[in-house]
Amino acid sequence: MRKHGYSRNALIETLHTVQSSFGFLDEPSIRFVAKSLRVPLSQAYGVVTFYHFFSLKPPGKHTCTVCTGTACYIKGSDKLVAQTEKLLHIHPGMTTPDGEVSFTTARCVGACGRAPVALFDGELSGQMEAAELTQQLERWTMQ
Amino acid sequence: MNVEELHEIAATAQEERAKFDYEINVCMGTGCLSQHSDKVKAAIEKEAAGCGKKCHVRRTGCMGLCAAGPLVLMEPAETRYGHVHAGDAKEIVASLGGEGVAQLDPRLDPHLGGYFDGQTHVVLENSGHIDPEKIDEYIARGGYEALVKALTDMNPASVIEQISKSGLRGRGGGGYPTGLKWDTVAKVKGAQKYVICNGDEGDPGAFMDRSVLESDPQRVIEGMAIAAYAVGASKGYIYVRAEYPLAVQRLTVALREARRRGFLGNGICETTFSFDIDIRLGAGAFVCGEETALIASIEGKRGTPRPRPPYPAVSGLWGDPTLINNVETFANVAPIIRHGGEWFSSMGTERSKGTKVFALTGKIQRTGLVEVPMGMTLRQIIFGIGGGVPDGRKFKAVQTGGPSGGCLPEEHLDLSISYDALISAGSMMGSGGMIVMDDTSCMVSVARFFMEFCMTESCGKCVPCRAGTVQMYELLTKITKGEATHRDLDRLTELCEVVGATSLCGLGQTAPNPVLSTLRYFKHEYLAHIEEKRCPAGVCEFSPAAVDAPRGEVHA
Repeated sequence: MRKHGYSRNALIETLHTVQSSFGFLDEPSIRFVAKSLRVPLSQAYGVVTFYHFFSLKPPGKHTCTVCTGTACYIKGSDKLVAQTEKLLHIHPGMTTPDGEVSFTTARCVGACGRAPVALFDGELSGQMEAAELTQQLERWTMQ
Repeated sequence: MNVEELHEIAATAQEERAKFDYEINVCMGTGCLSQHSDKVKAAIEKEAAGCGKKCHVRRTGCMGLCAAGPLVLMEPAETRYGHVHAGDAKEIVASLGGEGVAQLDPRLDPHLGGYFDGQTHVVLENSGHIDPEKIDEYIARGGYEALVKALTDMNPASVIEQISKSGLRGRGGGGYPTGLKWDTVAKVKGAQKYVICNGDEGDPGAFMDRSVLESDPQRVIEGMAIAAYAVGASKGYIYVRAEYPLAVQRLTVALREARRRGFLGNGICETTFSFDIDIRLGAGAFVCGEETALIASIEGKRGTPRPRPPYPAVSGLWGDPTLINNVETFANVAPIIRHGGEWFSSMGTERSKGTKVFALTGKIQRTGLVEVPMGMTLRQIIFGIGGGVPDGRKFKAVQTGGPSGGCLPEEHLDLSISYDALISAGSMMGSGGMIVMDDTSCMVSVARFFMEFCMTESCGKCVPCRAGTVQMYELLTKITKGEATHRDLDRLTELCEVVGATSLCGLGQTAPNPVLSTLRYFKHEYLAHIEEKRCPAGVCEFSPAAVDAPRGEVHA
C-alpha cells in the first residue's frame, strides 16, 4: 500500500498483494484494505466479487486448474473437467472436504498451442490426457 | 541519449555477438517452458562450455510453433529443431559447423514442415532472436532508433502523419484507424494525458499479446513512448492479465532496463519529453478488454463499461484525454517510424495494411503463432502454414474473433483476410484467434460454449446483455438436449437481434455473433437437433424423453 501511496486507485493492486501472500481474501483482510485505502467496504467487496481472480475461500493444499478456453474446449477440455469432477467429487471452484485439492477452471491461460492444458499447483502441462490427469490427481489424493 | 550513443550501444552489443561463431537460441516462452525448455537450455549450456567451440546459448521468447516445443534455433545456420530433449544437447552441440543432426534423429526436423515459409515477420521480427530481458540485444537489432528519430528529427504532427499514412488499424479487434485515434487525442486540450496499452487478452484461444510481451517487451514500450510523444502524454499504463505471470515478470524487467538506459523517465534523449509507464494487473474479467471498462479497472473500480461518447480520447482515465491501443498495435509503431508509413502500407490489402499475427489452434497439424500479410487467404494459412487438419479428419469450420466472432465454413476458405472481408462474411478479425474445427465438433455446442462464456463474463450493468445471454444460453442448451422446437429457434434468432442492437458495450453487441454465424452456415445442424433429434457430429447427448417424444408434439 505504501508503494502506491495509499492511493484509492491502488485497490486492485493491494488486493493482488494480499491474495498472493495469504492465498485468499477473508473478511478481516478486505476490511483492513478498505479502511487503509479509505474506500467504502461495499466497493472493496464489489471489486473482490467482480473479478474471477480473487477468491474468498482458502485454497486447498494443491490446486488443479483445467483451462476451458476455446482451443482447449475444441480439443476436449470438457472431458477433463468431467473426469476431475468424478475423481474428486467436487465441482469447479470447490475444494475437497479434507482441504487437499482445489479444483478450478480457467478462461484461457494463453498456452493454446499446447491445448488442452491443465495447471497443477501453477505448473503448466500441455496436451493433457484423461489418464495423465487421473495419475496426477491420484498422486495427491493418495498421500 | 542521442543517435550516436544509441549506435554505440548497438555496436558494442554486436561486437559481443561477433565473439561467438555460433549461437544457440532456446525458446523460453510459456509453451516451451511447460515442456521443460529450461532443462534443455541448461544441458546445452553445459555441453557448450566444454566443447571448445565459440558458442553462445541464449534464452529467447516465443518462436511460434508451440506444438513442436521445446524449440531450438541455431544461428547463423537458421536451423530449427523441434521436440528437443535435454538428452539431445550433446548431438546438437557436436553438430555445430557440421551438417546438422536431422539425419541422426528424426524428431529434429530442420524445416518443421514449411511452417515458417510464407510468413512475414514485422511484429515478431525479434521473437526468438533476442533475450527479452536484455535491452542491448533489442538495440542491436535496431531498437529505440525509432524513438530517437521521432524525438530528435520529427515533431508530434509528423509522427501522427506517418502513422496515418501507414494505414495501421487497431489490432485489438475493432480495426479503428490508429492515426485517426492519435490525432483526436493530440488535438484535445488537456494538461495531463495518458497512454494505455491494452494487454487484457481475454479472448480465449488467442495468445499473441502474451507472446509479444514475453518475447519482445521493449518493442511495446518503445511504441508507447512514441505514442506519448505524438499525443502529448506523460504517463502510461500497461494493463496485463494476472494469468500471464511470465509476461508480467519480463515486462517488469524491461521497464527497469528502459529506465536505466534513459528511454523512460524525465528528459528522454536530452529533450523536454518525459514519460513513464506503470504496470496494472487485471484480475480475470473479459469485459475489461473494453476500453471504458479497462479504464474503470485501472482506477481501482469494478470493470464495468460506460456509454460512449464521450470517448476515452476526450475523457478517459480520471476524466483526462486517454489513448488506448492494443499490444500488437503498439508493437507495429516502431517499425513504421523506422521505415516510414509507405513501407508499411505497401503490405496488405487496400483497406487493411501491414501484417497480422494469428494464434492458430484447434484441430490443426501445426499449432502456434503465425504472422502473415493481410490479404492472405484462410486456406493458405490453415492448409499451407498450419498443415491442415490432422488424423485424416475433414475440415469443418474456422472460428475467428473469439466470443465476438463467428465460424466460417469450407466455402469461405478462399476469403482473403482483411477487417472488412471478415465482417461481411459474418465473423470478425478480433484480436487474432483462429481456431480450426473438424467434423467431430458440433456447431450448436460450439455456439453454446461461446454463449456460456458471454453469460458468465457479462458484467451485469445493462439488461439486454445480462438477461439476454442467459436466455440464449438456455435456448441453445435446449437444442443440444433435443428438447427444442422450431418456435425456440425463432425466439433465439429474435433474441440475437435484440441483444446485438441494444447492449451497452461490445461484449453484448457481439455476443450473438457465434450464434448468428453458425445459424447462417450450419442451419442444417440446428435443424437436425430439433427435427431428427440427431447430432451430426455425435457430440450431444439427448435426454431419452426428448427422443421418444412423438414428432408432432415436438413440431408444435
